[in-house]
Amino acid sequence: MINKTLTTKALTGILALGLAGTTMAEIRIGSTLSETGPASFLGDPEAKTLRMLVDEVNAAGGINGEQIDLIMYDDAGDPNRARTFATRLIEDDEVVAIIGGTTTGTTLAIMPMVDEAEIPFISMAGAIQIIDPVQPFTFKTPHTDRMACARIFDDMQARGITTIGMISGTGGFGSSMRDQCLDIVGDYGIEVVADERYGGQDADMTPQLTNIRGKDGIQAILNPGFGQGPAIVTRNYSQLGIDLPLYQSHGVASQGFIDLAGPEAAEGVRLPGTALLVGDQLDDNDPQKSVVLDYSAAYEAEYGMPVTTFGGYAHDAFRLLVDAIERAGSTESQDIRDAIEATDGLVGTTGIYTMSPEDHLGLDISAFRMLEIRDGGWMLAD
Amino acid sequence: MPELMQFLFSGVTVGAVYALVALGFTIIYNASDVVNFAQGEFAMLGGMIAVFAVSAGMPLPLAAVVAIIVTGLIGIGLNKLAIEPARGAPVVSLIIITIGAAIFIKGATKLIFDKQLHRLPAFSGDTPIQLMGATILPQSLWVIAGAIGVFIGLWLFFTRTLIGRAVLATSNNRLAAQLVGINIKWVMTLAFSLSAAIGALAGVLITPITLTSYDVGIALALKGFAAAMLGGMGNPKGALVGGIVLGLLEAMTAGYISSQYKDAAAFIVILMVLFFMPQGLFGLKSTDRV
Repeated sequence: MINKTLTTKALTGILALGLAGTTMAEIRIGSTLSETGPASFLGDPEAKTLRMLVDEVNAAGGINGEQIDLIMYDDAGDPNRARTFATRLIEDDEVVAIIGGTTTGTTLAIMPMVDEAEIPFISMAGAIQIIDPVQPFTFKTPHTDRMACARIFDDMQARGITTIGMISGTGGFGSSMRDQCLDIVGDYGIEVVADERYGGQDADMTPQLTNIRGKDGIQAILNPGFGQGPAIVTRNYSQLGIDLPLYQSHGVASQGFIDLAGPEAAEGVRLPGTALLVGDQLDDNDPQKSVVLDYSAAYEAEYGMPVTTFGGYAHDAFRLLVDAIERAGSTESQDIRDAIEATDGLVGTTGIYTMSPEDHLGLDISAFRMLEIRDGGWMLAD
Repeated sequence: MPELMQFLFSGVTVGAVYALVALGFTIIYNASDVVNFAQGEFAMLGGMIAVFAVSAGMPLPLAAVVAIIVTGLIGIGLNKLAIEPARGAPVVSLIIITIGAAIFIKGATKLIFDKQLHRLPAFSGDTPIQLMGATILPQSLWVIAGAIGVFIGLWLFFTRTLIGRAVLATSNNRLAAQLVGINIKWVMTLAFSLSAAIGALAGVLITPITLTSYDVGIALALKGFAAAMLGGMGNPKGALVGGIVLGLLEAMTAGYISSQYKDAAAFIVILMVLFFMPQGLFGLKSTDRV
């Protein structure tokens, strides 16, 4: 018993020393990500990206001469844990800002905590509810579903397509994007004449596609979805020999999708994606080119695996924060928040961010590139 | 007409997937009255092991054999480590053990392999076969042939072999089976290894169509279970017919009514059938002598 008390005291002493040491000249940044669990394919590259970038910045002398101390927790995609970790980051770790919220669920759990504690928070989740209505301390880096829909309908309009069929997954991503697309499709003079659904684990979508093909005047097919569904839709579409343009969502913008669907079946499929997928094809005077190529090269050298759009969201969140701290010249949370809101023309992998008090995302749909699959790889469609 | 043909092809393809998983339930159920909810994980393991064997450079047929043998051994392991020690427990406890085993296998697969989706190359290419204005992939024919092959094998096993009859006898009355000299432990081990192997074969055959990842097992087990219940649990003919009927129901609902409600429609029909025929379409009425 006595021994135990002594150990505890000794440990507390060491901890206190350690804390005293770190608070000297360090910027404490907190993070709670879904590194494991069902959203791990998002959270894992995000966590890897943050660790890599923090090391990079510290090796180069830190921000305004101060080193970054990154405190990272794994919430496994559970909103309750995300809330607990956010509390711990704010109260125990006393961080100046939080990057995190891999999923919409965890982000919504963290938002009230940061709002109350007045700590700036940059999320990497998709939903429009995170920034609409604007919460003073919450920002986010990825595009919304609504913007993806808008980008796709823009492209359809440019190709003279006015009558389309939709086939959407019943999962959260597919349902949400379907609703957003149906909400704005009327603004583009496009009519949705078929609205089919499929379950996340379905093995064959030929009945739905047969029905869409049978509709009068149909000119294109749009498939909002995530996971294996879009790959199977693409394979079935090729099996049925449908020669209408097929649009997929930004949710499957990765090499993995081409491998699963097969390069022959996926030939000619279009989707809105970020510059990250086509870094080397960008125009030399495209401001995103060097950012995208630098990040890809560093990530591939560090981890030996290709970059993903999701890791890019973490890259942009971190760059936004570093840029804001540099401009603020301060590590006070309120100053950092004001500086993030004043971000002007920061070039990220996802797009070029210009924030304002009314816009805490700072991207417009021009940041989405329309990509087309050609010979098993990504090509810029325009 | 081409639409109807396409819906039929889709229904038979999906139905054959369900039937293959449903057939895996029969042996363990016949040996012990246990519905093995790890059956979907066996199918997942078959697919995942084959995928990684192929990516390690093995030719596809060899990778398939390796996947089936390894999964069969895992089935034996499941019986020895989890089911046998709980021998005296009631059937419900054993079923719960299989659910636990399913969660364990899923987690272990995630750690050993990865969290990504994978696909096997189709056995005979991806060129669709045209028939009466509709198309079917050669891989669907493989799955259908696999389901029929496993069905014939199981039917011969249970009706024509002494071992098959010993399995049935064990389920009927454990004590009596033991008294006539049937080694019950051995029968259970055999049942688990065969069920696992059938599950793995299913996984290898369907992966080119359905794709696979560590978490596909539960959905497969549920659909396979529904098919087996519809056809009559424990009867290979029931599993085959139940699977195909379930697949056709889904495809016809998606084609003619609404893809929104295809799962619901299929389950409503299953509930109706079970309401009027609680033993399923081909289930035998059990008679207990008092």
